[in-house]
Amino acid sequence: MFEVLTAAWAAPGVKRFRVAAPRVAEHWRAGQFVIVRAGEGAERIPLTIAEGDATEGWIGLIVQSVGASTTEINSLEVGDTFSDVVGPLGTPSEVEAVGSVVVVGGGVGVAIAYPTAVAHVAAGNDVTAIIGGRTADHVILEQELAAACSRVVVCTDDGSAGRPGFVTDALSDRLEEGEVDLVVAIGPIAMMRAVTGVTRSRQIPTIVSLNPIMVDGTGMCGGCRVLVGGETKFACVDGPEFDAHAVDFDVLDARNRSYRDFERRACAVAE
Amino acid sequence: MSTSRKERMARPRTPMPERNPEERAHSFDEVNLGYTTQLAILEAQRCLQCPRPKCVEGCPVGVRIDEFIAHVSDGDFGAAAAVIGQDNALPAVCGRVCPQETQCEGACVLDRKERPIAIGHLERFVSDFVRDHDVGRTVPTGTKTGKRIAVVGSGPAGLACAGDLAKRGHEVTVFEALHQLGGVLVYGIPEYRLPKEIVAAEVDRLGEMGVCFETNVPIGMAESLDDLLESFDAVFVGVGAGLPRFLEVPGEHLVGVMSANEFLTRVNLMGAYLADSTTPVYDLVGKTVVVVGGGNTAMDAVRTARRMGAADARILYRRTEEEMPARREEVRHAREEGVAFEFLVTPIEFRGVDGFLRSMVVQRMELGEEGPDGRRRPVAVPGSELEIPIDVAVIAAGNAPNPLIGRTTPDLEVTGRGTLAADVETGRTSKKGVFAGGDIVTGGATVILAMGAGRKAAASIQQYLDSGEW
Repeated sequence: MFEVLTAAWAAPGVKRFRVAAPRVAEHWRAGQFVIVRAGEGAERIPLTIAEGDATEGWIGLIVQSVGASTTEINSLEVGDTFSDVVGPLGTPSEVEAVGSVVVVGGGVGVAIAYPTAVAHVAAGNDVTAIIGGRTADHVILEQELAAACSRVVVCTDDGSAGRPGFVTDALSDRLEEGEVDLVVAIGPIAMMRAVTGVTRSRQIPTIVSLNPIMVDGTGMCGGCRVLVGGETKFACVDGPEFDAHAVDFDVLDARNRSYRDFERRACAVAE
Repeated sequence: MSTSRKERMARPRTPMPERNPEERAHSFDEVNLGYTTQLAILEAQRCLQCPRPKCVEGCPVGVRIDEFIAHVSDGDFGAAAAVIGQDNALPAVCGRVCPQETQCEGACVLDRKERPIAIGHLERFVSDFVRDHDVGRTVPTGTKTGKRIAVVGSGPAGLACAGDLAKRGHEVTVFEALHQLGGVLVYGIPEYRLPKEIVAAEVDRLGEMGVCFETNVPIGMAESLDDLLESFDAVFVGVGAGLPRFLEVPGEHLVGVMSANEFLTRVNLMGAYLADSTTPVYDLVGKTVVVVGGGNTAMDAVRTARRMGAADARILYRRTEEEMPARREEVRHAREEGVAFEFLVTPIEFRGVDGFLRSMVVQRMELGEEGPDGRRRPVAVPGSELEIPIDVAVIAAGNAPNPLIGRTTPDLEVTGRGTLAADVETGRTSKKGVFAGGDIVTGGATVILAMGAGRKAAASIQQYLDSGEW
């Protein structure tokens, strides 16, 4: 059993946890994920590791309530337990000294972008973080990123914090300002697709972290297959990070709608 | 025995009582109901007790079949269980899922008369009897050696290896990446063929023998093999099959096309067949489901699809029935449950609307020249393409080996096929102190072959512990 050490709402429907998982905390690296089950009989849910402390033996998870299972997870409080936390899974982010890096995070994707940004800073890169949310309330980890990166640009759809508009506008402006060697984009599929469009014409290497449907997460079921450069890849072991310019976002988008009817029913039952 | 050899030879094989096909096509309850005590004794008494029993040679783990059957015919089931237990750590599993027709029963002298002794059914009876009546289940424990062995993977290879090592008095810890123990026995093989409680009971018995189990530990991602070697004297890697193979035809990424691994994992491990399950699975009620493949996994998938409500559940196989690797009993059961079979045909494209599968294009095949595996190769018949409307396609075309350990252990030799390079007889890998066996070495095979590899590795680990030589 994996105890919840801290639990706090970070944004509407988004909860931030610290979970006791010494084994994962000892071995994880940026870009990797865990699969959790809230309790016996619960669905296996993949969650990227947002932070971790090997000495204290915990990992940080940031969870958005999108369906019945994530809503169940977000009902957990301090002292409650996850029945299962398995990890670290996936290939860690490739972090090298490349020069100037822009990390773009949208919504709860910022949770995944955060450790990657920190790792790039540690590798000696100059990191700009561009993070977005619907409103000021939906922007997470701004202070943490500000402490690590040389610059943080906040974008909100309604202009209630930072600059109004999409993260792609802020990214375009940043690319106009000066040389960028690498862009890392993590967030909703539509956002990653848009960012990929912006960097493709400028031929800037771009990495995205994909979030396909997954069951075991250990390279067995094949549910998380994605089309990258015309080849079938498995996000759980080959990814979750891939070359954005080679990813077929249409296939990813369609496959993530596989169980929309089931999800709708499950949510109706949960309510 | 009272009856003469001639009389015994003339008697028919005792049939296994089965749930009726109409009922079981909609139920995940076990299909085979098991022998009664009377039926078991009746069947055991048919055994000729050959002086040099071929059946034992036919068994990958060398169970002394003639001896245990003699005890059954005497009604001493505890003694029978003790004989089986010496060579087989998972008899209740093997009695249900081994391909007996190509092993022990295929070697039985009565097989020539097409009525071999029902060894599998008897093995199942004995292990179920002693479990249900709590007799003859003495837990064999060797003198403690103080040696520590790590077993990676709790499938059939790992469990068999762990059982043998525990018997020798070693301290064994089994690491499993999933949240439940049993590997393919729980995520792959369906409930109606191998109830989860049977697997759990076999695992519990290993626990009673002192084996420790740790779930949720993906070795290679969490601890490395080198980490394990710091605190264990040897490591056995039995991580089994990995990523499913697809056909690599257009449209395979459509929603509605999935691997048998994913379908079976959702239904079995995650319990999607239970009404209150939280794991999503396609709604198959009234749908047309096509399963591509001819092995046991394909049979498991198609029969599961039928139970999940598919109106039309069919097998598509590119060769003929003769070449199908599935157990004969599975094929017969599938037919009885209303599964249709189409031979010499293969999908060449999946088509859909808005990302969702709607139809497939198939092509006729014919058998051509013999391939390197001795089977005649299927060859496409040009101009035979046909588009068929379907709702769901399940691909059961085999698996690549699990990639986690090979990819994260640089000094472990991996073959061109992605399997771990290991000596077939000893399970020794290229890395000192590391042994491997099962599907991770052979590629996709059977439960019993994996168990055989686990046992061989256990013997070879003993040798290594004794000699210290690599």
